[in-house]
Amino acid sequence: MGRLGKIARRTFLIGSAAVLGGVAFGVYTYRKPAENPLEEGLAQDEAALTPYVKITADGITLITPRAEVGQGAYMVQAALIAEELDVRLDQITADPGVPSAAYYNGTVAAEGFPLAATDDGLLARTGRGAADVAGKLLGLQLTGGSSTVPDAFDKLRVAGAVARATLLQAASEETGTVVEQLRTRDGAVLLPDETALPYTALAATAAGIAPVQEVTLKDPSEWRYIGKEMQRIDIVAKSTGTQTYGIDLQMDGMVHATVKCNPRIGGEMLSYDASEAEAMRGVKRVVPITGGIGVLADNTWRAFRAAEAVACTWAEAPYPPEMDGMWEAVAASFTEDRQDSRFKDEGDVDAMEASVEAEYRIPYLAHAPLEPMTATVLLDGGRLDIWTGTQIPRFMQVNAAKLAGLDAAQVHVHVLTSGGSFGRRLEDDYVLQAVELAMAEPGVPIKLTWSREEDMAHDFPRPLQMARARGAVANGQVTGFDLGIAAPSVAASQLARLGQPAMGPDVAIVAGAWDQPYNIPDYRVTGYRVPPLVPVSSWRSVGASGNGFLHEGFLDELIHVAGADPLEERLRLCWHAPSRRVLEAVGEMSDWGNALPEGRGRGVAFTLSFGVPTAEVVEVTATDRGIRLDKVYVACEVGRVIDPVTFDNQVKGGVIWGLGHAMMSELTYFDGIAEQTNYDGYPGLRIYQTPEIEVRALETDALRGIGEPSVPPAAPALANAIFAATGQRIRELPLNKSVDFV
Amino acid sequence: MKLKVNGTEHEVDVEEDMPLLWVLRDELGITGPKYGCGIAQCGACTVHLDGVAAKSCQIWAVDAEGAEITTIEGLGTLEALHAVQAAWVEHQVAQCGYCQSGQIMLAASLLVDSPSPTDEEIDDAMSANLCRCGTYPRIRAAVKTAAAKLQEA
Repeated sequence: MGRLGKIARRTFLIGSAAVLGGVAFGVYTYRKPAENPLEEGLAQDEAALTPYVKITADGITLITPRAEVGQGAYMVQAALIAEELDVRLDQITADPGVPSAAYYNGTVAAEGFPLAATDDGLLARTGRGAADVAGKLLGLQLTGGSSTVPDAFDKLRVAGAVARATLLQAASEETGTVVEQLRTRDGAVLLPDETALPYTALAATAAGIAPVQEVTLKDPSEWRYIGKEMQRIDIVAKSTGTQTYGIDLQMDGMVHATVKCNPRIGGEMLSYDASEAEAMRGVKRVVPITGGIGVLADNTWRAFRAAEAVACTWAEAPYPPEMDGMWEAVAASFTEDRQDSRFKDEGDVDAMEASVEAEYRIPYLAHAPLEPMTATVLLDGGRLDIWTGTQIPRFMQVNAAKLAGLDAAQVHVHVLTSGGSFGRRLEDDYVLQAVELAMAEPGVPIKLTWSREEDMAHDFPRPLQMARARGAVANGQVTGFDLGIAAPSVAASQLARLGQPAMGPDVAIVAGAWDQPYNIPDYRVTGYRVPPLVPVSSWRSVGASGNGFLHEGFLDELIHVAGADPLEERLRLCWHAPSRRVLEAVGEMSDWGNALPEGRGRGVAFTLSFGVPTAEVVEVTATDRGIRLDKVYVACEVGRVIDPVTFDNQVKGGVIWGLGHAMMSELTYFDGIAEQTNYDGYPGLRIYQTPEIEVRALETDALRGIGEPSVPPAAPALANAIFAATGQRIRELPLNKSVDFV
Repeated sequence: MKLKVNGTEHEVDVEEDMPLLWVLRDELGITGPKYGCGIAQCGACTVHLDGVAAKSCQIWAVDAEGAEITTIEGLGTLEALHAVQAAWVEHQVAQCGYCQSGQIMLAASLLVDSPSPTDEEIDDAMSANLCRCGTYPRIRAAVKTAAAKLQEA
């Protein structure tokens, strides 16, 4: 196949060195193979063929190092391997593996996203204080940036193919049959007489053979799994209450714990009085930790209750304590001094005569995954074990080692299924707290569970943002668009917590705005970096999540002032063929040209994010009881759909996520403390508010992720629909500050 | 006190006001019911008390004495799924799955009260529970399939 060379080269570049002969990381810098974590601890009859496939006499394990946070990552990764290995998905176990540089995520690093630092910064200084990690370079095993599929598509298929080829070779050596006469089917090698030799029985022989590197990947026409509807490998467990999440872990001798830290994020604890708490039933100890206390007890509820009973004195917030002060800092950042980027600067915006000016605001938002942060940690002698749901096992390993005074090699991270994340588990604060508790109580497994209140208070939110926009129209067309966006830097805040430097501009401040495929004669997008306020983090679709609203809301305003049609004018301005296709598709799906009756309205919005052009049309009705969402149409050019069910779930889930937060969610701070303490103050979309959502995928050969791109256009499409139905232009989120919803 | 969970009697020594959710999870090791909010907002902890859906984070242990408590572990088994669970598998409802024990218990209770619910009845009843992943379109479809299956039986 002509594609083979390309695949090998690409695999080579993105660093599957352990699979293909140990040179991948060499190209990147050091000529040093990534370690193969599966060679450690293998028994006599076990063969570790590649870091992604493990076969023993007991079964076949596919290593799926990208975290399962609900987005179907295990499923997609397993399907890619199974396709080439030739096993059925009910024959395998998926295992997230152990933290290892071999599971390096090339795509996230290449995009610099969501960790928007230069390669130099990351390469040179990763894992400060942990020399072994620096020696092995990035070890950037993280899940994020809708990167799982693009990163894994070739790597995992090649891994499966190499494993299969090696098993064929093993069968040939065992039986004396030449490889050309052997076939495989459903986890077995078939001899010419149809005798089946299960892979599991060939594992021991395969262990003694050098992996067969010459592989030809299947032609797409031969695929059995990729692109076909498959049953998710975790669907039965998740429908029967038998899926084990981090919070469900049970161990002999385990102690339950919770923490209470200064609700002013990053603030110190000045003093505490635990006398009442320590006298409560089931309480073992109250332990001071960084910024607060931890309670060790014999069950979670008793720990929660005791934590409430500890009287703590907290220091002031290390940021302006009220929203007014924060907004002042944001508003004061539209200056030359604070200019962070101007990636888009076309025409002569300074000379443009603005006919429309507007200011937009979007609030802090919490991730609030339904499973609160939790981690179980055991420090025993020189060994630290961590069981938790995480998107960053490798960073966590390094940071935990540093805290406990161990080498990274002494820290063993066991990744568990997460009850949601949306970016929250790109942080390891909760794990480091559990490590502190384990250090106070060595030899005992400590399960830390946050209360929802602790989770809300200590979320690292999406930053607040303000936009100042000017625009011009002439002859029924949009001719000028000047958008300045001021926001604190997610990259700087997040990377600092991971012990990483952040250099250069933060792309997230303007992502989803500066990079939109429109030709506007005078067109400028400027990012302004607000000084650090509340520590902030990556939130599903990161910078684009808010910038989609800013860009598409203001563009819609201009189009209306120009007297043009919102869809037609976007099409006229758009130069990018795939983006035009998705706009045309939602137009057709929603019957755009067909006018709606009085009191109803349609809004369109488009955002290109994570390489995926996505257009959405929202239809609403203005009723006596408020705005009702009637229908949503989504079209995206997604590249290849690996798993249609996961695709559909991710797109619809992203729309629901985007709509719900736009309608009713914000995190506000008073006295430095988040005022929303639980889901009563921070509601999500409920089923009765959820419109029917129709999705169309326009497929190409490209490789894209779909966990995030449907989020950014949801908010502006809804706001634009409300304008169409009511004439009310809303420039601030959440929308329920301005209108009621049914 | 004595609690009867999924047909089995358990003797537990807990405070009267300990929420049933935590008795199930931490004292009895029954982890299907999940903790999400503790204030009856999310419904991830939904169980049945005498066949009726209830948020176990709001029920004191002492008030559950004498009731038939059913958790998702007692609704169906891996070998013989309850019709609602089978529909949840067929429609591949779950994403992260964390809320789904509660969603399934709520749906099973709904279908006892209202064997062939209208779309509006489904939305009304299922709005008691929260899903952060946004699986609502598939929940709607799965409840309808389960209702049809239960009607046949």
